[in-house]
Amino acid sequence: MDMKDLYLLVPLAPLAGAIAVGLFGKWLGRAWSHRITIALVAVSFFASLAVFNDVQAGNIFNGSVYTWLTSGDTSFQVGFLIDQLTVTMMLVVTFVSLMVHIYTIGYMQEDPGYQRFFSYISLFTFSMLMLVMANNFMQLFFGWEAVGLVSYLLIGFWYDRETAIYANLKAFLVNRVGDLGFLLGIALVLMVFGTLQYDAVFANAASHANDIAPIPGVSWNMMTAICILLFIGAMGKSAQFPLHVWLPDSMEGPTPISALIHAATMVTAGIFMVARMSPLFELSETALSFVMVIGAITALFMGFLGIIQNDIKRVVAYSTLSQLGYMTVALGASAYSVAIFHLMTHAFFKALLFLAAGSVIIAMHHNQDIRYMGGLKKYMPITWITSLIGSLALIGTPFFSGFYSKESIIEAVKFSDLPGSGFAYFAVVAGVFVTAFYSFRMYFLVFHGKERYDEAPHDKHHAAHDDHGHDEHHGKPHETPWVVTLPLILLAIPSIGIGYIAFEPMLHRGYFGDAIFVAANHSMVTIAGLVHHEIIDHPLTMAMHAFGTLPFWLAVAGVASAAFFYLKRPDIPALIQKKFQFIYTLLDNKYYFDRFNDWFFAGGARGTSRLLWTFGDVKLIDGLMVNGTAKLVGMFSGAIRHIQSGYIYHYAFSMIIGVFVLLTVRDWF
Amino acid sequence: MIFGLPVISVAIWLPIIFGILVLSTGDDKNAPLARILAMIGAVLGFLVTIPLYTGFAYDTSQMQFVELHDWISRFNIHYHLGVDGISVLFILLTAFFTPIVVLAGWLVIEKRVAQYMASFLIMSGVMIGVFAALDAILFYVFWEAMLIPMFLIIGIWGGQNRVYAAVKFFLYTLLGSLLMLVALIYLYNRSGGSFSILDFHQVAIPMTAQILIFIAFFFAFAVKVPMFPVHTWLPDAHVEAPTGGSVILAAIMLKVGAYGFLRFSVPIVPDASHQLAGVMIALSLIAVVYIGLVALAQSDMKKLVAYSSISHMGFVTLGIFIFNAYGMEGALLQMISHGFVSGALFLCVGVLYDRMHSRNIADYGGVANTMPVFAAFFMLFAMANSGLPGTSGFVGEFTVILGAMKANFWYAFAASTTLVFGAAYTLWMYKRVIFGAVANSHVAELTDLTLREKVIMAILAVTVLGMGLYPLPFSEIMHASVNDLLVHVAHSKLP
Repeated sequence: MDMKDLYLLVPLAPLAGAIAVGLFGKWLGRAWSHRITIALVAVSFFASLAVFNDVQAGNIFNGSVYTWLTSGDTSFQVGFLIDQLTVTMMLVVTFVSLMVHIYTIGYMQEDPGYQRFFSYISLFTFSMLMLVMANNFMQLFFGWEAVGLVSYLLIGFWYDRETAIYANLKAFLVNRVGDLGFLLGIALVLMVFGTLQYDAVFANAASHANDIAPIPGVSWNMMTAICILLFIGAMGKSAQFPLHVWLPDSMEGPTPISALIHAATMVTAGIFMVARMSPLFELSETALSFVMVIGAITALFMGFLGIIQNDIKRVVAYSTLSQLGYMTVALGASAYSVAIFHLMTHAFFKALLFLAAGSVIIAMHHNQDIRYMGGLKKYMPITWITSLIGSLALIGTPFFSGFYSKESIIEAVKFSDLPGSGFAYFAVVAGVFVTAFYSFRMYFLVFHGKERYDEAPHDKHHAAHDDHGHDEHHGKPHETPWVVTLPLILLAIPSIGIGYIAFEPMLHRGYFGDAIFVAANHSMVTIAGLVHHEIIDHPLTMAMHAFGTLPFWLAVAGVASAAFFYLKRPDIPALIQKKFQFIYTLLDNKYYFDRFNDWFFAGGARGTSRLLWTFGDVKLIDGLMVNGTAKLVGMFSGAIRHIQSGYIYHYAFSMIIGVFVLLTVRDWF
Repeated sequence: MIFGLPVISVAIWLPIIFGILVLSTGDDKNAPLARILAMIGAVLGFLVTIPLYTGFAYDTSQMQFVELHDWISRFNIHYHLGVDGISVLFILLTAFFTPIVVLAGWLVIEKRVAQYMASFLIMSGVMIGVFAALDAILFYVFWEAMLIPMFLIIGIWGGQNRVYAAVKFFLYTLLGSLLMLVALIYLYNRSGGSFSILDFHQVAIPMTAQILIFIAFFFAFAVKVPMFPVHTWLPDAHVEAPTGGSVILAAIMLKVGAYGFLRFSVPIVPDASHQLAGVMIALSLIAVVYIGLVALAQSDMKKLVAYSSISHMGFVTLGIFIFNAYGMEGALLQMISHGFVSGALFLCVGVLYDRMHSRNIADYGGVANTMPVFAAFFMLFAMANSGLPGTSGFVGEFTVILGAMKANFWYAFAASTTLVFGAAYTLWMYKRVIFGAVANSHVAELTDLTLREKVIMAILAVTVLGMGLYPLPFSEIMHASVNDLLVHVAHSKLP
């Protein structure tokens, strides 16, 4: 098979599955629906592997599939850019998607929307692949919006739940705010470069580095303007402060998609995009600085929120926000390869954590409150072990995958000299403690300690209207079926090992080749080497070295204090909560962002729109101008009607008056 | 040539002849016959327009399929027809929608079936005439004739407040066109006794006269588009019109206004157009932003879709008056896409109205539970209305925004707010109508789409997706004419 056919096969296989099951799911039945979609996603995964091998052999592809539109002298293409960065994303996306497809068989077992769900996640896989494989901004935007659509459909999958359909509308609109910036960025790119093809834009970027952006009233550097506009898109999609508000609410969707879309792949689209645009971002230190500070705020402050959540999925969601912040910080520090590295390790261990959380949720009959779990490790050994692996990877335990990526981010920020890097360094280091604390708080509350699952108040159950109509609400929890645990095991393997394997090639042996561009004076590896007089490029040395560093001991401290507070002295957290009521309230209200947005933006828009309508359209235009004109004509004709009275003496009298007036007026001249 | 007959004339007169045939079936006893005849006429009417597309020469901006005959030689008025890259697609669009509205009214219309069907057929022919006329008086005749069937459709088959809406519609649009007639007569004198629109394009006109002509045309065309602030007839007309009427109104009739700007205002008075472009852009952006917000406040589904139409048409006028290729082609693409999408949305509202006899959003909720197939189609069209890439709704908006960026960053910014507002009003409505738990016993009793409705929805879904995924065939055909128009307007016509 020609390589180009293989490239096409990767996104089109899941699309075919989505269409087949979406249109004919009813006739296909449940079993065939999941067989078809899983088989086709597997095809996509193995095709991606083949492409990976081909790229490793040095074959980069950049070509178009068809011309989408021509306008003016610009031709908009649909095409693929297959390089190291793309193929890494392709592997991550198709692998996690395959795991999630399999897992869904177990998780959605009794849901009436079974086929619809499979159709959606296959459609998502297609959209995400189109996004990462694009060789131009137009197609990037297509994928960008298409994943947003599927995310919208999946958050609102249980469309009869009021909270779900609130959350999906919110997610879509907040993302659209980001997309507003993104689209303007793209339009600016087209205007400056006259094309939307990556290769042409990147090749000419440097020649526009010192231009002034054509924005009347603002004298910004061109690249700064473009990069910040594009990054606003990333802030929406990758849930960066202050557009992060949609991600926690997106947990209303079924757990498999929280793993696939809202942890492993879609939310990392922004990170991928910035890495892809590295030739542009490298030209604006202002933009990089902006990126870094936004990432740092997200990394630290969203982590704090994870500490007080009691919903198992929301803890993981805030941890995702925080980790996305880490990746963004890495981007800001020009450590794009590190960001993608963390993106990859995070995709595995965070998908694992979500799916494990889903497994726990199944066992708990869809109660998601970690206060009513505990001691599950003996009932669910596979879920327990895999969760532990995921958590250890997340907090950056040496030798686990998350360690290599997170440690590299911290190192990169340390040597950055951009404005804001000091704060960013503090944020990512402090974040290590926070991450360790909330991760193990959750871990201990779920798997260790007293068994509290019988204490759950029944109104707390989501079960009233959900997918699994379990009959046996009592009895011991038990391990979930193999379709659920198999993906956990398969994700646990890379969560442990992928960092060790990929660390050296990705960060130090130029794995990404020309896919990522870093200006010489921004290269953290070089700078770190100059400072340390050696480059730590072997995973073993790196891990050994870590035992003596601050982040490691912060992580240990985080785990230890979580153990102390939640295993040893479970009475203390309540005391702290009372003592620091103010801080607790602030965190519990998520820094009041949701309230403010609801009041100011949503309420403001509704109020303004009602005012504009009732006053502008109804009163002013229709009332005053349109019907007013009609009335005026009516009044006028009503008035002059009296002149035509039909009486001779009225007319005669008018004539006499007229003659007098005329004579008088004549005398004036 | 079709069977030795000129294509455009066939496209115009065939539906009109079928309309008269349908009328002759008489009263409602023969309603089935009237329906079938109307369907045959509508489908034939669409088929005969296809040679216009397949036989179209892409490399020229000259008028094609030209027909030229003397009509009233005393005033040098001709029966002069022809198409170029700007008008050809609208003829196809018009003919495409006639079978759809016939099918949409198939069993829904029970009274005066023959007259109803005939109105649409005749209107179809007349609207094709508007897009094909190259003689100003012929254009004017078609232009005014178009109003009559629509006036009847709203006034006879409309809702409760139909007379108010029909009269408002008629007066609004008639007042606008009278000024246009004055301008046409001035141009007749100025051009030395020709009513040919193509001759008008070449006439040198002093600035003051250009401005006055622009204003005269503005009232005729802006009312039709409709542009802010002469838009308030549209929501009323839509709300009262039967579904088919709304579809044609939104899909085709609004386009003649924008078409008028492209065929008359811009090429005949280019200097005035440039002079007043700022005002036009401002009005367009007000339409996008202000009307977008007003749409958010609507509690009536049809009114909401109507306001959404106005907001989307803002992109069309914006695209025209930023005078670059992206803008102009984007405007044309947006007009076509808006035809599909707004037509589809009015049909969706019609599907619900036929079942519940309410357009009120608050009367619905949880329709997805009882009408899942409908919900899926409605979702697609709602997303197209929100400008999602991959649907036709994106193509025009995207291209116009690119053009606006070329003109001024802040134009592009204001236009882009539709990403947020458009999604907000469309999806918020969708959420309240379709999502949620079943709201009441009426919703619980809803039945999903019938085969007839599925066919209509499927046709439009395929078009919306097709144009979204592969818009090239739509844009290629217009290149030569748009480029020519842009070159033409770049030259001053001051004497």
